[in-house]
Amino acid sequence: MSNDLGDLYQQVIIDHGRHPQNFHRLGDATRTVEGVNPLCGDLLTVYVKLLDDRIDDIAFEGAGCAISMASASLMTTALKGKRCEEALALFGFVHAMLTETPSDELPSAELGKLAVLSGVSAFPMRVKCATLAWHALRSALEGKNELVSSE
Amino acid sequence: MVLHPDSSTSADTGQASGRFDVEAMREQFPILTVRPYGKPLAYLDSAATSQKPQAVIDAMSPFFSRDNANVHRGVHYLSERATEAYEGARVKAQGFLNASEVEEIVFTSGTTGAINLVAETYGAAHLGEGDEVLITEMEHHSNIVPWQMLCERTGAQLRVAPISDTGELLVDELKALIGERTKLVAITHVSNVLGTVNPIREVTEIAHAAGARVLVDGAQAAPHLPIDVQALGCDFYALSGHKMYGPTGIGVLYGRRELLEEMPPYQGGGDMILSVSFEKTVYNNAPYKFEAGTPNLVGVVGLGVAIDFLTGLDREALAAHEHDLLAYGTEALLLVPGLRLVGTAPAKQSILSFVLDGVHPHDIGTILDREGVAIRTGHHCAQPLLSRLGLSATARASLACYSTRAEIDALVAGLETVQEAFG
Repeated sequence: MSNDLGDLYQQVIIDHGRHPQNFHRLGDATRTVEGVNPLCGDLLTVYVKLLDDRIDDIAFEGAGCAISMASASLMTTALKGKRCEEALALFGFVHAMLTETPSDELPSAELGKLAVLSGVSAFPMRVKCATLAWHALRSALEGKNELVSSE
Repeated sequence: MVLHPDSSTSADTGQASGRFDVEAMREQFPILTVRPYGKPLAYLDSAATSQKPQAVIDAMSPFFSRDNANVHRGVHYLSERATEAYEGARVKAQGFLNASEVEEIVFTSGTTGAINLVAETYGAAHLGEGDEVLITEMEHHSNIVPWQMLCERTGAQLRVAPISDTGELLVDELKALIGERTKLVAITHVSNVLGTVNPIREVTEIAHAAGARVLVDGAQAAPHLPIDVQALGCDFYALSGHKMYGPTGIGVLYGRRELLEEMPPYQGGGDMILSVSFEKTVYNNAPYKFEAGTPNLVGVVGLGVAIDFLTGLDREALAAHEHDLLAYGTEALLLVPGLRLVGTAPAKQSILSFVLDGVHPHDIGTILDREGVAIRTGHHCAQPLLSRLGLSATARASLACYSTRAEIDALVAGLETVQEAFG
């Protein structure tokens, strides 16, 4: 495999894609948003349970490629317990990491494990896979119970 | 023919003997020498859009440098040349489809444009509350959504004929769904996902016996099968230039003359009228009443040359070549561990859809891409079909006249790389 393919399909991504964390329905979710990628028809549902402006619990369901499943899985593990504004700030960092040319300005400490997704930026056709769950999350935090698209 | 006195270039490919010289064929397609990421290109996405032979590429630019003017309007030299080229291509399309009259050929923006035209004119005039449009489970969105929109406007119902698990149309069930309320049957000739070739003649006979009209989506059939609308017996046939070695943005609707004549016009504008006053407009005759506005002249010219290209081939040798590749590809893919072919109807054409255990088609597509192998992944604009098959996506390799066994070998080798990455 070429180098950038290796960067894209790091073992962590393949593992999360195959065995996603927090992959279930959340019965007591206070916000539920479906995200669809019209390019491929992939559909996932993000459940968020908010308690005093804090993400008390978060989970997701759906089907998709390794990138979209791993991104959603990593997102849920990164955001559990975070305040809404911290989660939205992280959305911004992840979005920048996925869509902008690599730079040193991104806060690697805050991105943590999510940094394994940075290889996606070399594959513009796949950015929507990685952002799908995050767009659904943002919509959920903004109080919109609707179908969102990663277009 | 004004533009291309040398329209015989397509005969120089060595098929006259009945043996298909694929290397000579490939030399006519300059894009095939592109090397993605330094690897040889294996373009296995011709069902999405075909590549273009040099003859088509070479026809389009000279139109602008030698013949360009508006058609049907000017009295001057260039307008006459442009009109002759435009109407000359209509005659070629008539021949390509074996339509009995040239007035039965309407230029559209593509198959989608053609189907929407029929839905909005024939459909709007003939369908009402309680009437039915019958489609099949294997239709492309472009042969579903226009009918849904029509049904929403008219109160008609959309019915869907089922397929088998292998992707064959269940003709008896289709027959049972056709009744006196069925006004139109809309069916694809060749499935873009499964490759299934549908028994159009049989469907047409069943539909006509019940008084229903038949529209055939020929987008995937036109580059592969000889088309004879009279033998098929269909009432409408739609195709896209870009799937059959021609340019994008141009297509053809064939319609039986008596139907086209009684259909209301489509869009209003120039060229579709005989006379206009503020009180009353008299519409032009078919096909012009369906071609409002200045048409895609250079697209029509390119389509004409693509038709010359296809009709200049030894169609039997081409069919044998494409059949050989499909059989070779089927056998090679079935040897890949964990791979399942989607669409295994006995009558099949040029499409190899598959899924691989544990790997999403998008991931397959990205890894193959870096090996120079171009395939399509996703729902292929046929989400209801994918749902019917219990899938959300497939990987699809599709073949054309320039496809080779070596490209299929590259696909299979690429799938090994996929399995290593996901091992």
